[in-house]
Amino acid sequence: MTAGPSKPPAGGAMLPHSIVLNARQMPSYAYGHRSPIWWGTLGFAAAEGMGFALAIGAYFYLVFINGNWPLSAPAPDLFWSSLFTLVMLASLWPNHMAKRNGGREDLAKSRRDLVIMSVIGLVLLGLRIMELGSLHVRWDQNAYGSILWFLLGLHTLHLVTDIGDTIVLTALMFTRHGHGKRFSDIGDNAFYWYFVVASWAPIYLLVYWFPRWW
Amino acid sequence: MTRAITSDDFDAVPEVTRLATGERGGLPGVQSEADAPPNPDELRDDQVDGPELSARLAKTWGTDQGLIGALSTVDHKIIGRRYIVTAIIFLFLGGLSAVAMRLQLAQPESTLIGPDLYNQLFTMHGTTMMFLFGVPIGEAFAVYLVPLMVGTRNIAFPRLNAYSYYVYLFGGLMIWVAFMLNIGPDVGWFAYVPLSGPEFSPGKRADFWAQMITFTEVAGIAVAISVITTVFKLRAPGMTLDRIPLFVWAELVNSFVIVFALPAVVTASAMLILDRLVGTHFFNPAEGGDALLYQHLFWFFGHPEVYIIFLPATGWVSAIVVTFARRQAFGYIPLVLSLIATGFLSFGLWVHHMFTTGLPQLGASFFTASSMLIAIPNGIQIFCWIATLWDGRPVFRAPLLFVIGFFFIFVAGGLSGIMLASVPLDSQVHDTFFVVAHFHYVLIGGNVFPLIAAVYYWFPKFTGRMMSERIGRWHFGLAFIGFNVAFFPMHITGLMGMPRRVYTYLPEMGWGNLNMLSTIGAAIFFASFVLFLYNIVSSARRGPLAGPNPWDAGTLEWAAASPPLPQNFDRIPVVTNREPLWAHRDALPVVAGLSVDNREQIVSTITHGRADLKESTPEPSIWPFIAAVATAILFIGSMFTPWAIVWGSIPLIVALMGWFWPKPSMEDER
Ligand code: HEM
Ligand SMILES: [Cu+2]
Repeated sequence: MTAGPSKPPAGGAMLPHSIVLNARQMPSYAYGHRSPIWWGTLGFAAAEGMGFALAIGAYFYLVFINGNWPLSAPAPDLFWSSLFTLVMLASLWPNHMAKRNGGREDLAKSRRDLVIMSVIGLVLLGLRIMELGSLHVRWDQNAYGSILWFLLGLHTLHLVTDIGDTIVLTALMFTRHGHGKRFSDIGDNAFYWYFVVASWAPIYLLVYWFPRWW
Repeated sequence: MTRAITSDDFDAVPEVTRLATGERGGLPGVQSEADAPPNPDELRDDQVDGPELSARLAKTWGTDQGLIGALSTVDHKIIGRRYIVTAIIFLFLGGLSAVAMRLQLAQPESTLIGPDLYNQLFTMHGTTMMFLFGVPIGEAFAVYLVPLMVGTRNIAFPRLNAYSYYVYLFGGLMIWVAFMLNIGPDVGWFAYVPLSGPEFSPGKRADFWAQMITFTEVAGIAVAISVITTVFKLRAPGMTLDRIPLFVWAELVNSFVIVFALPAVVTASAMLILDRLVGTHFFNPAEGGDALLYQHLFWFFGHPEVYIIFLPATGWVSAIVVTFARRQAFGYIPLVLSLIATGFLSFGLWVHHMFTTGLPQLGASFFTASSMLIAIPNGIQIFCWIATLWDGRPVFRAPLLFVIGFFFIFVAGGLSGIMLASVPLDSQVHDTFFVVAHFHYVLIGGNVFPLIAAVYYWFPKFTGRMMSERIGRWHFGLAFIGFNVAFFPMHITGLMGMPRRVYTYLPEMGWGNLNMLSTIGAAIFFASFVLFLYNIVSSARRGPLAGPNPWDAGTLEWAAASPPLPQNFDRIPVVTNREPLWAHRDALPVVAGLSVDNREQIVSTITHGRADLKESTPEPSIWPFIAAVATAILFIGSMFTPWAIVWGSIPLIVALMGWFWPKPSMEDER
């Protein structure tokens, strides 16, 4: 046999099948990167992470264009934002537990962990509101105020999204849908939370500490 | 004779351990539901065969009748078809606005169109072509073809995919309705500040532009993520990385470029709309902002954008060249590596759009060099295609004719591009018709000609009927001549100094004859599209029946029926070769054991393509459509009051909850 195809038939007929593999016994879901949803989550984290990176880039761009920073405003207060940061860091532990107990398909503990994560999320939202309320600059005051609110707004958007997702998943686990593949979803939800925490770290340093060092 | 595939080398089906992982689903030591034995009452495809299997699967995977059914569909082929048709309608709308501009420019001091309408026309033309046609058309083909080509039954995240289509549609409708109401944007397709800022563009026009960006880019990113996941995780068993069809590689790289480039333009347009609506100062130098920040953000996206438009086209070309050369691709590995290199390099170039803004000398030289560097992977690709044709036995049917048209036009565009990459020349012809000529050679040569080729090529798969070859040849002749007559003279008018974006010019400038010639060319080019449309419509009705594989092609989409049944394949194929259908001419090796009553498909591993899971994929749902409507309300409302972000989010949240909440009857879906 040499060249690939022979004379083209006018469309041909459907090919018969020869079965070489059976999928009957394959599992119906799995955890982490074996699951397509994990890749979807990673994809969104990449796109959104790019958004964060560009916003951070824009911040530095404005710093270098202006030289003096934070323009005419005082540097932002540390209290609420630092408290927020501490709670965020502390949330890593229950988040890890949620992921682990989800992986063990332990319903009672998963419910508990998810409730804890939902409460933490709401507490963080409250802290974020206090944090925004204590800023010394408005978004329409100057470019510093604009980029500051932009960064915090972007992060708040992610915070709210994840909290919403967590609460829905928590509710789901208390219904009869709370079994099987939902346990794998707990892991993916926890994975996204890691992203929300990780993206906060550079923003916190940039917004709250950088103006003090510049 | 050719170095074609021989059955002995590749085609033997490997042993089961190389096709499947055989791993458990649960984590080590966990008694997981994932590993529960299959329900014995559920019918599986190793128990039925032939027409009965087809019919039952078609029912399981089908879309309901009626309006609600149509709006609930999650079938990637139906969504993909809508995407393709919508993007081509936008191509026609963009083309009509171009014809209007050309009529106005045909003679000096023409009074057909005034300056204000002309501004809207070139803005709508550029915006439509780049955002409503250029980006979506490549993704549209991916939505339809990638799942078929990798041998699966639906795209990953089919509801997200449906949602993104409606969001895109609503964004496009919004801006065109605004244009019809004479409040279309008039600030050019890249809407530079300060022109587009609050001071120089009061009113709503620029807001429509900025918000259209939000719509289309959200949609674009969502589709890209679905495509990436489909290629990574849903490939047929045995489809190792080096057996992925070149078209799929191109769409994969394209999706990566989209994921990393589109956030930049969303950031730019979000800052723009904030400056306009809530008084931020990102681009206002009086308050510490900076106009060039906008240009950096925009072109960080804008240059990759050119490759977002071009990369899918390379996929179409590769598929067509291989089929019509009757041999496997020459240089598969170099072709894949060039795609990847193009993807990376496309991010290194944005500053060449800003040479005239006064950059540091060294910076400018760096960007000139990297602009030229990208010619290397492009050159390699063109070389491999030509070598494939050279060494094969090419069959010159309409798809291949358009591919050859692409070679000539694109190379010409590349040459004028290399001229522009030199800073002194760019400074000279910047913002003249020379630039207009250049980017139309690149865009139309690099995307529209391959697109037409792709439509001729896959039309039998989409519709089950062949397009007329005779009309196809006429179409090609008209398109090739019309295009060159329209755009070649623009190089000269540009060198003669004619600026772009002017609604008219004086007779003394001496540009009249060349402009008349361009307009005649544009009319011929437009006529070729009318003929194309006629060919599409008449062939869809009366064309000869195609059968599954009319071109005797080698990739998996041709193993499905034409048009494909809802399940795509009655059983998932097993792949042993880059061109599976050339390797297995008598019987297709397949996997059995999937459910007939539930939507199951195979999830495989990224590199080796080993079957790992049999996972169920979502049923149809109306909620993605409702979520898209809610998104549209939120986005459009926020142009009028920032509070829309607050009240507009409530229906959106409700819709998202409906989307993710499992139906009472369906257990394992999301
Ligand atoms: C029917 C074929 C087409 C014709 C006759 C045409 C004609 C024109 C003309 C005359 C202009 C310059 C207007 C001016 O600066 O005064 C223009 C601008 C432009 N065209 Fe086209 N074009 C066609 C197709 C396309 C396609 C297929 C694309 C992209 C895929 C495209 C992208 C653009 C862009 C981005 C601009 C710049 C708009 C701006 O200045 O903001 N065009 N076109
Ligand atoms: Cu560029």
